[in-house]
Amino acid sequence: MLSRDREGAGGETKMAIVRDIMPAFELFQPANIADAIALLDRYGRDAWVMAGGLDSFDWLKDRIKKPKVVVDLSQIGELRGIRDWNGGLEIGAMTTLTEVVRHPVVKEKFGILSTGAEAAASPQIRNQGTLGGNVSQDTRCWYYRGGWKCYRAGGNVCFADTPTAINREHAIIGADRCVAVNPSDSAPALIVLDAQMVIRNSRGERSVNAEDYFVGPDIDITRMNVLKPGDLLTAIRIPATWAGAQFYFEKVRDRQVWDFPILNVASAMVVSNGSIERMRIAVNAAAARPLRLTVVEDFMRGKQRTAQMGDMAGKIAVGPAEPLRYNGYKIPLMRNLVKRAVSGVEEAKWA
Amino acid sequence: MPDLPKHPAYKIIGKNYTTPDLVAKVTGKARYAEDYRAEGMVFAKLLLSPMPHARVRKIDASEALKMPGVKAILTADDLPAPAASVTDLGQVIPANPLGEKGLTNEPVYQGEPILAVCAVDELTCAEAIERIYIDFERLPHAVDPLESLRPGGSNAREQGNIWIRPPQPQGQPTPAPLVKDLKWTEADFEEAKQGRLPMGKLRPDGVEVAPQSDEWSWGDVDAGLKNAALVLDETFVTPNTSHQTLETRTAMAYWQNGKVYVHCSTQSTQGTVPYIARVLNVDPSDVVVISEYTGGGFGSKITSSVSAIIPAVLSKKLGVPVMMRVSREEEHYIGRARPSLHGRLKVGFTKEGKITAVDMFVILDNGPYDPQNDANNSGRMLSLMYQPPAMRWRGVTVLTNTPPRLSQSQPGGFQGITLMEPIMAKASRKLGIDQVALHRMNAPEGKAPIGPPPAPNGKRTYVTSAYIKEALDRGVEMFEWEARKAKPKRSATKVRGIGVATSCFVGGTVGYDGLFIIKPDGRITVQSGIGNLGTESVHDAHRVIAEVLDVPWEKCEVVWGNTSKNLPYTCNSGGSQTTHAMTRAAWAAAQDAKKKLTEIAAKKLGGSPADYEVSRERVSRRGGGSGLTLAEAAQEAIKMGGIYDGHETPAVPKEIGAFTAAAAKALAGQGLIAMGKDTMPRDGATHSYVAGFAEVEVDVETGVYRIVDYMAVADVGTIIHPRSLGGQVLGRSTLGIGHAIGQKWVYDPHYGIALAKRFHHNKPPTILDVPVDMQWDALDIPDPETPVGARGIGEPPVGAGCCAILNALSDALGDEIFRRAPVNLDTILSSLEAGRPMQEPLTAHI
Repeated sequence: MLSRDREGAGGETKMAIVRDIMPAFELFQPANIADAIALLDRYGRDAWVMAGGLDSFDWLKDRIKKPKVVVDLSQIGELRGIRDWNGGLEIGAMTTLTEVVRHPVVKEKFGILSTGAEAAASPQIRNQGTLGGNVSQDTRCWYYRGGWKCYRAGGNVCFADTPTAINREHAIIGADRCVAVNPSDSAPALIVLDAQMVIRNSRGERSVNAEDYFVGPDIDITRMNVLKPGDLLTAIRIPATWAGAQFYFEKVRDRQVWDFPILNVASAMVVSNGSIERMRIAVNAAAARPLRLTVVEDFMRGKQRTAQMGDMAGKIAVGPAEPLRYNGYKIPLMRNLVKRAVSGVEEAKWA
Repeated sequence: MPDLPKHPAYKIIGKNYTTPDLVAKVTGKARYAEDYRAEGMVFAKLLLSPMPHARVRKIDASEALKMPGVKAILTADDLPAPAASVTDLGQVIPANPLGEKGLTNEPVYQGEPILAVCAVDELTCAEAIERIYIDFERLPHAVDPLESLRPGGSNAREQGNIWIRPPQPQGQPTPAPLVKDLKWTEADFEEAKQGRLPMGKLRPDGVEVAPQSDEWSWGDVDAGLKNAALVLDETFVTPNTSHQTLETRTAMAYWQNGKVYVHCSTQSTQGTVPYIARVLNVDPSDVVVISEYTGGGFGSKITSSVSAIIPAVLSKKLGVPVMMRVSREEEHYIGRARPSLHGRLKVGFTKEGKITAVDMFVILDNGPYDPQNDANNSGRMLSLMYQPPAMRWRGVTVLTNTPPRLSQSQPGGFQGITLMEPIMAKASRKLGIDQVALHRMNAPEGKAPIGPPPAPNGKRTYVTSAYIKEALDRGVEMFEWEARKAKPKRSATKVRGIGVATSCFVGGTVGYDGLFIIKPDGRITVQSGIGNLGTESVHDAHRVIAEVLDVPWEKCEVVWGNTSKNLPYTCNSGGSQTTHAMTRAAWAAAQDAKKKLTEIAAKKLGGSPADYEVSRERVSRRGGGSGLTLAEAAQEAIKMGGIYDGHETPAVPKEIGAFTAAAAKALAGQGLIAMGKDTMPRDGATHSYVAGFAEVEVDVETGVYRIVDYMAVADVGTIIHPRSLGGQVLGRSTLGIGHAIGQKWVYDPHYGIALAKRFHHNKPPTILDVPVDMQWDALDIPDPETPVGARGIGEPPVGAGCCAILNALSDALGDEIFRRAPVNLDTILSSLEAGRPMQEPLTAHI
């Protein structure tokens, strides 16, 4: 199961595996987007696109993914930076999380993105990790990342969803054979900001709504997003729509730093006279893709922003949740996070 | 309260200073094992077992060996058989035939090294490994000790699933431990359905064991429990935690003129020589260990590691230096870990809070190799810390197919304290007694008894001293315990809790040597056999020499980190023994220097040695008059030769160790050679103590909690170096806090495969997980049984750190939330939701 060859009855001949040492590959460091696209086109499935390298090096060092060619985007200046875009912002995909966190306009108008990006990883990782990489990273399911030949790795079993599997950090919603979750902290913030993901390939440029950028196992069990070989995420555009709205972001994790989310929640709302005029809300690490909770948005539209409504919103949100053996706690956790994202942190009811 | 002992006013002891290794460490100039290069050096990498238990039937390395750049393959068959070890007293301890060799043909845990490939670089090694085919016969595995004890449960080794220690026949050496097959009954396991630890028989019927190896007791436990006002019967599980040193156990080795030079990561310098000699099966005089800096050990590298012999054997085979860098992945498997204990304790209390009896049962998750002593030690340390008038301890040491265990800071003591402390907190609530008061009334005092009587009807042994009550009093004041207690508990979704815990461990050994030279320029060169493992004892302990001889520290130089530089017989840097053992050794050598200096002065200037005293870098006549500078005296020593300049040494091994005598002879003629063995008396066993205090704040809607404050007060004898002591008190507390808040192993039980094997999975605490301004203090009360009064500190903060947090959590949340450590938000949230403990309490590695 951990090797690339078949297990027979009785004895098992295994080709040995070795981890934690980078294999050889051909490295390209194009200086502009056009050259990068040309390389991706030329090498197709053999090419690995590398942004900050935090996800990539993990895969490469473990020799589980062995691309022939790595296209390192770090030298492409036009992929970096934060610019005005019709009153909103265009953020180059290679902009580091630290740059996003510290940018004054992000802080002022779209504070939830700053908070979400700052919740990711550790200061050192945010200095190197990029916004494009953070949203496009692969799942952290420890079976899949450990090299187990599961559905997501092209096999025909989910090791995390067996009666004895350890799945404390896995999905409670939308599992379809695979129970992995998306680990991005910036993704739910981008969804509530109604961001557009700008994708380029040799045929041209297209943009995709942030919530549609991510795919679940029902659509494609081997990918986390819509990017196909040859595609390059070049920028993320944030419209002015939600600038200055009321935001809520909370990430729950085991450690205060350098930890993926157990669950996170992001919401944006415009409130007038105590009632919610419009809102968007998303959670991540509950499913294989960040989930926009339109059912909560619809329920809350025009309603008063009270603790009672928050409670109801939380319950509605977890309606479709189904626990595995070790992740049942994620249901009350998501319920409470959604409640807070709708009505704020309220006085607890003490017995 | 009687007057507390005080130490004299010191000039050097107890003062901060900059250790000579500091600049190299902070500038990156310090060289660790993997920073060395040697001419012609090649590299080695390990092939690890993909299965938890299997037999290697055939290795096909033909494709790998054909690759350009591949030099050799080393398998278990190429390794020397480990030699029996001989103690300092000449006692022979035979090598355990079921012990670990470094490479194996029967892997007993996933990740166990099967072979090593040697090539011109690591990339070639890795590519060669991927071309090796191994034919395995899969064998049954067990990763959960309790499952292995179930009827029909599988065993980790073919011989069985528990270690026993057979009785020692009269006049014979200690026999090797044995593996036996133990299964409990379905009836035993009925208890598990209620979340309580089953307590089956300790060994198969008819198997004899050494006295007190799996059971001991004193006093009338049944009566103690029967007459108690409150009896708590609690099950608790402590975590398996990897040592996770920042430096992995990399080693580089080469042979020159028949000697093997090993650059390795080790806690001890001089003490590593006999270990390497034993596992390589060569003479200790043919081993040179170089380790100037070690990036952490915590008990996992006391005398380096068995894997260090792999490059040494390869180097011998190839005739070139071999470097084996150990990756983080490999370190997870071969880097050692603390064994988990499943514990069930029945503890009786009077209504005033005094403990009446303790009945303790533990299961040790031992891993596949040599039996660890954590189970027995857990009972022993508990007996000291809480002073029960009657106690029974029982323990089963279960083998599992998980990475090998080894002592980790406060081995066994940590687990014993952690099994007991939640009971102390619960009793304090049930009895309405303040947590500190309950700890204080049950705390040891003075020469307090410890452990069972050594023999039936024998008297219990006792410790050198204990001032933990004073530490609690100091902590109550510094932590403002009463004010914190009075603060409101709840606000918004947050609930606060405060906790206290006491902890203890062995704090020193005796019997080692000091060695230094007073050079003809009056400067002192100290030969330090202590390892530089980050505790700073490699320098700190020798400050005693400067203090006794009244020489400024600036005129002292320490030679360390390389056993070819003539180092004395030195304790291993493990078990917090170094500060105690080596300040005594330094004291003994300093007395020898004084003796020689006064003798030299008397010979040169007349009178008797008693007429002279040593102070202010001189040996001079008492009450004034003629004298010699240390420089002049050293010059005289060289002229006089004999015992004065090291040409003659005292009797080995009675008056001085063999290593010390050899080192002195090699240094002979360089000045006045001072050496001494610590033969000073000691009444009692040396132990140290820490009281930890914590405040936590839990968010009941998420289960997330934050440590608001932590403080520790140490009863560790005389303070030698405040800054390094503070680093130990808070650093080791943080290690303990990691056990409370998140550090763990995760295994898929069906496949027996590790799922958590990187930092972000195993979750050791980060610096942001603990308060930024943690406080500490130490009593500075000298230990009455050692000249300077100093003891070791490395161990007891661990239990204090962990349990102060656990007790603060239960103060906040009540008794029905957690039954194991670490306590994570999932445990808290699901139990709060259900109103009862929800986490599977007895399942290992979740």
